Parts: sequence; C-alpha cells; structure tokens
Amino acid sequence: MTYALEISGLKKTYRGGFQALKGLDLKVQAGDFYALLGPNGAGKSTTIGVIASLVNKTEGKVKVFGYDIETQLTEAKKQIGLVPQEFNFNQFETVLQIVVNQAGYYGVPRSLAKERAEKYLTQLGLWEKRNDPARNLSGGMKRRLMIARALLHEPKLLILDEPTAGVDIELRRSMWDFLKRINSEGISIILTTHYLEEAEMLCRNIGIIDKGRIIENTSMKALLSKLNVETFILDLEPTEKDIQISSVQMRQVDDHTIEVDVPKTEGLNKVFEELSEQGVKVLSMRNKANRLEELFVDLVEQGREKEAS
Amino acid sequence: MGNSIQFNALKTIWIKECTRFLRIWVQTLVPPAITMSLYFVIFGNLIGERIGQMGSVGYMEFIVPGLIMMSVITNSYSNVASSFFSAKFQRNIEEMLVSPVSHLTIVLGYVGGGVARALIVAVIVTLVSSFFVPLNIENYGMIILTVLLTSTLFALGGLLNGIFGKTFDDISIIPTFVLTPLTYLGGVFYSTELLSEFWQGVSLLNPIIYMVNGFRAGFIGVSDIAPQTALLVLVVFNAVFLTLALSLLKRGVGIRS
Repeated sequence: MTYALEISGLKKTYRGGFQALKGLDLKVQAGDFYALLGPNGAGKSTTIGVIASLVNKTEGKVKVFGYDIETQLTEAKKQIGLVPQEFNFNQFETVLQIVVNQAGYYGVPRSLAKERAEKYLTQLGLWEKRNDPARNLSGGMKRRLMIARALLHEPKLLILDEPTAGVDIELRRSMWDFLKRINSEGISIILTTHYLEEAEMLCRNIGIIDKGRIIENTSMKALLSKLNVETFILDLEPTEKDIQISSVQMRQVDDHTIEVDVPKTEGLNKVFEELSEQGVKVLSMRNKANRLEELFVDLVEQGREKEAS
Repeated sequence: MGNSIQFNALKTIWIKECTRFLRIWVQTLVPPAITMSLYFVIFGNLIGERIGQMGSVGYMEFIVPGLIMMSVITNSYSNVASSFFSAKFQRNIEEMLVSPVSHLTIVLGYVGGGVARALIVAVIVTLVSSFFVPLNIENYGMIILTVLLTSTLFALGGLLNGIFGKTFDDISIIPTFVLTPLTYLGGVFYSTELLSEFWQGVSLLNPIIYMVNGFRAGFIGVSDIAPQTALLVLVVFNAVFLTLALSLLKRGVGIRS
C-alpha cells in the first residue's frame, strides 16, 4: 500500500523543555482526505511544522510518499503543498508575484509558473485580483491565495492547517467543493480544522491528537458508528402541560422546548407518538450538537482520564 | 534536475529581491545620491578647497572612491538585513523553507539582491561625483574586484544581522553603532599617513580600510594598503561570513523552532 504520509515515534521538545509531541505514530494512505483533529495545543501545528520542515524534530521518522525527510528532503518537499494557519506571504507583493515566486522556489520555470498561476487563480476566483497587492485582499481571498500558492508546483499531498478559519459560510462551501474536486483528481489531503462539521463532510479518515499523541485513528464511518446516543432539540407549540416521555430520557427546557436523548437502537417514532397522545404539537427539530463534536469531546476526555490513571 | 531547481530558485529570489528595492526606489536609490551630493559639496568643494592636496591628488579626487565605497557598504548591508528580517517578521521566509531551495541558494539569492542594489547605487554616486570632479580610472580590474567583493561581504553581513535579529531595533543597531564608525574611521576622508604610527597600526584592524584603499588604488593608483593585501583580506572575510551564514541557516538559527 502506498502511503502519502508515514510518521513513527515522532517527538518534539522545544527549547525550554515543553514536549509538544511524545512519540506520535500516523499513517495516511495515498489519495485519502484525512482530518487531523485535536484541541488547541495538542500538537497539530507542530506535527505539520515537522512534516513541512518548519520545525526541527527531536526524534522519529517522517516519510512523504516514501521519501524520508531526513535523507531525501528535496524529493519529500516536492511532494508537499502547505497551506498554513497564519497568512505568511509578503503583503506588499501582488497575488501573481506571490504564486509565481513560490513555484520558482520549487524550480518551476517562470513561463510555466505563469500558466499554472492563471489556472489555479481562475479556479479559486482570484485571477481578476492578480495585480493587486496581497494586503488589499479580503480575509477569504487571502486564504484562497494560500491554497493557490500551495498548488503551483502540483504537489501530491496538500496539507491545510485550518484553511477555513474566519471564512464566511458561502465561501467555506465553495472551498470545500474545490478541495473535494482536487482530491477526486488524485491529490491526497490532510486537513486540520476546528469546524468538526467540515471534517465530517469532507474527510474519509480521521486522527485525533491530544497532548502530543494520536488517541484515535480510524475511518470517519467507524468513528461515527461509535456514537450511541444523539440529543435532539424539539421546538413545540407553547404549552402549559407537564410533558412526560417514557421511551427516552427527556428534559423540558421551557414551555416550548424539550431535549430528548435518543439511543441509536431506538427511533424517534415513539417520541412523536407520546407527544401526539398528550396533544403536544412539534414545530421543528434539530441536533443539539454536531455528532462528531460529541465524540471528539468524549475521546479527548477518555484519553486524558487514561493518562491520569 | 537538482541543479535546475536551484538555478530557477536562485533566479526567483534574485528577481524578487531586485523587484523589492526597485519598487521602493525613492527609499533605496535616491537617498544615497542626495547624501553623497552633500558630501561632495561640503567636504569636497567647500572644505576640500582649503585642505588642498592629499598626497599627490586633490582632496575631492581623494574622497570620491571612499564615498562610493561608503554607499556600497551601507546599501548592500541594509538591503539584505531589512529584506531578510522582514521575510522573517512577515513569516514569508517560510515560503522558502518549505520548498527544496538549498541554504546556499537562499544565501546567494539574498546576497545577489544586495550586490545588485549596491552596484546600481555605486553607478549613481559615480555619476553624481563626475559633476564635481573629472573621473580618472587607473585600474578597472581592481575597481570591479573590490566593489564586488565588498558588496558581497556586507550583503553577507546584513544577512547575518537579519538571521540574528529579533526586532527591528536589532537591525539598526549594527549599522548605527558599528558600521558607521568603522566606515568614518576607514580612511574615506583621510589618508592613514596623517595618523601617528600607533593609530596607523590600530587602523589596520578596521577591515573597511582595506576596501576603501583597494578601491582608491583602482581609481587614482594611490593607496595606504597594498592592493593584493586588500583583496586577500576581502576574500578571507567573505569566506568566513559565507561559512557562518550557511552554518546558521543549516542549524535553523532564527528561522526554525
């Protein structure tokens, strides 16, 4: 099996003694769309920093498409396109200069870089802005510029560190479509995000990292199947009745809202039946929280309890 | 394959660096022309006439090579120091660090930018000086070698400053407190023969004295230092600074955590 990324025993201790990574192991298959999730300070950005040569590792092995970053660094770097969390381009350069220069650092001749710049900037809706200095772009445009910049040398692995942070919903969805398309064209993608809905919608596999270690590495499907109970919020027509539901656990929030915890083995039919019998009308219904979010919180807590014991 | 990557990357960094200082030409190319014109008017015309001869040449003719060299030194140094530090500050240095660009290519690209600015400024200052005094060139080879080696050396110095610098203050401290005094005491405005034997010996510890005198030898054939010695000192300093810069980048000092 070809792996886009293989990490084994990765450790990083910063000057001052803080150990950000404590022996991290991770494998991402070629062609995958992989989510790397974790709370703030879990080690996500340090891991990405090591893969992209921005952070010196203390110990461990990292291979990108089989190329060891220690012994075959040039080849390894050519496989990676990085979209970092912070804007890290020269704000005074134009959009076109930024992407063409980046291609140049990878050895792409200037004429070819300009052709590719037109292709990717057009796809990301930035071609009209090509002669504008980067500082004049909106936040969403700057994020897209960093994606275009990372693609100019046509990498096989694209790593995005919170690419949609601070981006409005419409733009986020258009970025999702773009990422799905390039993934279907064969580019492996690793994504870190705080929007768990984003990970659930885009990614096939998922790794959860906490305190410098991977605490879960599985497929999105397998992870979501672990979810036993879902909480729904039901908006009701205002009522003074004392609502009773025996089939599931229920909490009455106010005179027009209840919350129900529904086990996966049970359906919602019984809930509705009981409400109808009491003459209560349901106006609308929604999930209390994102399904993945609940699992994520549970897994991180379990991991910490394990470490504490 | 590897070489073509490095060649294209070098070309990219160099073009980027030249574009940067040409884009802000009012800040980078005009000030040296104005400053040097003032030097020529005040030290050359007004005060110089009273000083008379410096050795076998007029005072104005004597200071022209030193003033050109002074512009070369400050411009090559400040170009690289500010550009490299800005790249660190805005974090766009990461664009290079994630790519297959070698450390040598990064050094050569930035130094190439500093040298290009220094050479353009040298030409401007030379043209300005020609309005004040007729130019007499004794040895073109010596002029070209000295100006190239000096601008390379101070571009490397600026790079080292940029690597170590943590704040904008850090990149102005060296030019203000080290470079300017060394330049003024580097024989730009006087011949070391005017000094006592002791101070002549102390002056030899100032590397700028070799550059100014090497350059002056190329222009007017008069120098306090043997031209071969001047070139040797320049080559040795260049080798030391280049080795140091490469070693710092390899260790990730100031650029990797």
